[in-house]
Amino acid sequence: MTQLWDFSGGIHPAENKHLSTSRPITDAGLPEVLVLPLQQHIGEPAEACVAVDDRVLKGQKVADVTGGMGVPVHAPTSGTIESVSLQPVPHPSGMSDWCITLKPDGKDEWAPLNPVTNYRDLDRETVLERIRDAGISGMGGAGFPTNIKLRPPRDRKVNTLILNGAECEPYITADDMSMRENAGEIIAGLRIMAWVLRPERVVIGIEDNKPEAISALRKAAEGTQTEIAVIPTKYPSGGEKQLIQILTGMEVPSGGIPADIGVMCQNVGTAIAVSAAIHRGEPLISRVTTVTGDAVTDPGNFEVLIGTPIDYLLAQAGPTQNKLHRLVLGGPMMGYTLETPAVPVVKTTNCVIAATATELPDPAPEQPCIRCSMCAEACPMELLPQQLFWYSKSGELDKAEHLNLFDCIECGACSYVCPSSIPLVQYYRAAKGEIRVQQAEQLKADRARERFEARQARLEREQQEKEQRRKERAKAAAEAQAKKQAEAEKAEAEGQPADDRAAKATLVQEALARKKAKAQQQAETKAGASETSTSSEPTPDIDALEKQLAQATAKLNTMQSMLEDARAENADNVEKLERAVTKNHDRVKRAEEALAEARLSVAATDTQPTDS
Amino acid sequence: MALAQQSSPHARNARSTSQVMLWVILAALPGLLALTLFFGWGNLINVVWCIAVALAAEAAILKLRKRPVAFFLKDNTAAVTGLLLGLSLPQFAPWWVSAIAVIAAIVMAKQLYGGLGSNPFNPAMVGYALVLISFPVAMTTNWAQPGLLWESAPGFVDTLGMIASGQQTAVDAFTMATPLDEYKHKITTHTAAEVLAHPTFGDGVARGWEWVNAAFLVGGLVLVGLKIITWHIPVSMLAGLALMSLAFGSNADLYAPLSMHLLAGGTMLGAFFIATDPVSAASSHQGKLIYGAGIGILIYLIRTWGAYPDAVAFSVLLMNFAVPFIDHYTPPRTYGHHKPRRGIPGKGQG
Repeated sequence: MTQLWDFSGGIHPAENKHLSTSRPITDAGLPEVLVLPLQQHIGEPAEACVAVDDRVLKGQKVADVTGGMGVPVHAPTSGTIESVSLQPVPHPSGMSDWCITLKPDGKDEWAPLNPVTNYRDLDRETVLERIRDAGISGMGGAGFPTNIKLRPPRDRKVNTLILNGAECEPYITADDMSMRENAGEIIAGLRIMAWVLRPERVVIGIEDNKPEAISALRKAAEGTQTEIAVIPTKYPSGGEKQLIQILTGMEVPSGGIPADIGVMCQNVGTAIAVSAAIHRGEPLISRVTTVTGDAVTDPGNFEVLIGTPIDYLLAQAGPTQNKLHRLVLGGPMMGYTLETPAVPVVKTTNCVIAATATELPDPAPEQPCIRCSMCAEACPMELLPQQLFWYSKSGELDKAEHLNLFDCIECGACSYVCPSSIPLVQYYRAAKGEIRVQQAEQLKADRARERFEARQARLEREQQEKEQRRKERAKAAAEAQAKKQAEAEKAEAEGQPADDRAAKATLVQEALARKKAKAQQQAETKAGASETSTSSEPTPDIDALEKQLAQATAKLNTMQSMLEDARAENADNVEKLERAVTKNHDRVKRAEEALAEARLSVAATDTQPTDS
Repeated sequence: MALAQQSSPHARNARSTSQVMLWVILAALPGLLALTLFFGWGNLINVVWCIAVALAAEAAILKLRKRPVAFFLKDNTAAVTGLLLGLSLPQFAPWWVSAIAVIAAIVMAKQLYGGLGSNPFNPAMVGYALVLISFPVAMTTNWAQPGLLWESAPGFVDTLGMIASGQQTAVDAFTMATPLDEYKHKITTHTAAEVLAHPTFGDGVARGWEWVNAAFLVGGLVLVGLKIITWHIPVSMLAGLALMSLAFGSNADLYAPLSMHLLAGGTMLGAFFIATDPVSAASSHQGKLIYGAGIGILIYLIRTWGAYPDAVAFSVLLMNFAVPFIDHYTPPRTYGHHKPRRGIPGKGQG
């Protein structure tokens, strides 16, 4: 008998599972059209690798992920690509996203498959690649790419591999029926994952309200090391964190992942997909989905092709008799309502509830919170929902965050028990969203401030370096001076012969005289040249003038922008700046004139005949 | 066809606030029955009168505050406030004393703070404390003599007449000091045996009161069983009171014995029906334990060394003051965290 732990809180909502377990899983059939969203997983969306009017075979890759985290999408049947376009997808916001529309040709013709006879002969990387290429992402809810999950961080060893067969949400029976009918394949998939991870313990957690599934799994797991742990029925025992606590007694650290404590959870449906991908080479192109609720006459579980429109699927479960009031994708605790049934089944679609108004009635009007603490008693994360609600509603988000708002798993247990009919989870979602927006803004502001401060620091540093260099130059000059003087003094002190110094002086005199004569000569030639040109050496002059002009212009621009700023701020130095700008303006003008003149003269010199 | 758009969860429990309050009322009925059996019609008349005044006051103030009257009256919380006052006030309290207590509770303590869910103080106890301080004579001399309803108590019409007459004091022949009052005042000059000879004590601990407290205990356990209240506040309050009595009051010739503290006066009514008012109580389990224990300790302190023979109202109100503070320092440890995050963000320890 496996040792079990309890998690705090939890609720026992009406299960309503019997509705959809009375008949075996049936094939939903081939709809008129299949709509394949390019993003059915967490990560980067896939990119279509087929063109409109292409004929594709069943299982052929139609979209692949080129960069980043993600998994490809495959054609669920053979047919023609009708379009790659924006279509409504299953999402709480009712948004549209890129989808490939496939028109089935009815032939259901498979692409060549590449099954593995013995995966143990391959290396683990190859197996993970095959899992990725089969387009498998977690089928329990979030849709995390399975190959990435199966490759935990290098420093994290998975000791316990858990297969989550708890299926604690009311109504949903997709995992239950899969376990009853497909236990062998589940164990096979689980063994592949266990082979990849090499854990010490492999355990399937399953709620005690599924006796048929338990006995089927027990039979299938005979002879393997797999434990079947039958856990008490209590919502949300199938929550990843709760199931880990039930089976191991450990808690996933806040903000961490199960691998941090050496645990990994995988879903029943994912195990089937992994087995199909490795043993038969089949990519993930269909899944088991529960269609239930009082608004369908024939509820049950269906093997549905990915991309099947939900309205087609609903029709397979009997007409909706115009009683359909609320269409929920997922379970009644954590699922979301659809605005239209014209969205496709995706890899994470485990349940569709077509509910009547009496079955899931509109909530009663919200009453004030009386802090009865029933929510706190129900919370599986040991939060204080009543306090979180108070702070979320009053906008004291720092206090809500302080009370671990972000540890809320949005299981809905608090809202379920609230006698005042307060949509608590909705308040938490709104508060979390608000905090995320604030954090993003804060990050942006922080970055801007950092940039500004870095710039300020750089300017200051440059200024300091300049100052430093100036000081060094001054020092060097002073030293040189001092040295010279010292040498002179030394010489004097050493009593160098006076005539020696006299001789030196004479030499200097002579040199000076020579220089003077040369200068005079130059002046004479210059005077001669000046008859035809203002300057005998025009090129360096133009360079200097250009430099001067550029400097003056730059200075003027700075001045002008400063003036504009000052004007905008209505500062009191406006007048001063105006004067400075005018002055600089004149300077620029003069520099321009000088330059123009210089250029003109150069031009004149250049055009002078050489014999002049 | 427009499909309903709702945020999860889609399934809801059926139990509403008004049903919760109705259960509180039903669970108090055994206590009311015991009060009536042992102390006559007074409490029953008070309960009916107080509930009527409470509903009228609630309706009037809701109208003044421009709030939907029927929507809030249906939540049954005003009725519970009226009920609790009717159960706590002396049997022959004049009608206007009861009315003042109820109006103070509903108008001042509840609605002026923002109505249901926003009151920091227990409304019924605010009303009770107000009239206890303002009308000490009416609040101490109008306790009915214990006696079986069909034997010695005044009849329904006589009781109604006394309450309706509006006299501060009822007919002497029908009243008697409460056991806690009698013990407190006599024990300073008498021995325990002499004090206990007074008919108010009867053969057991406190004639009539022991049954009343037992009945409230039973009703309270029903509420715990229905998960309308948790065990934390009643248990810690009774434990606080008992430990104080064991520590300081073991000498019966000086102090009232433990059995009297638990079974006389408003102990069980206070522990299961008054201190557990969720709006004004602490929220976490640990907080509730501290809050309840504080009430128990204060009850003992005031009963023993204070000026009043009973102290549920003052103790509850004093601990109401402490609730925001208690709440800040007693959050539970959340899953995945090493320790609870106490204090106020930015001020307490992370």
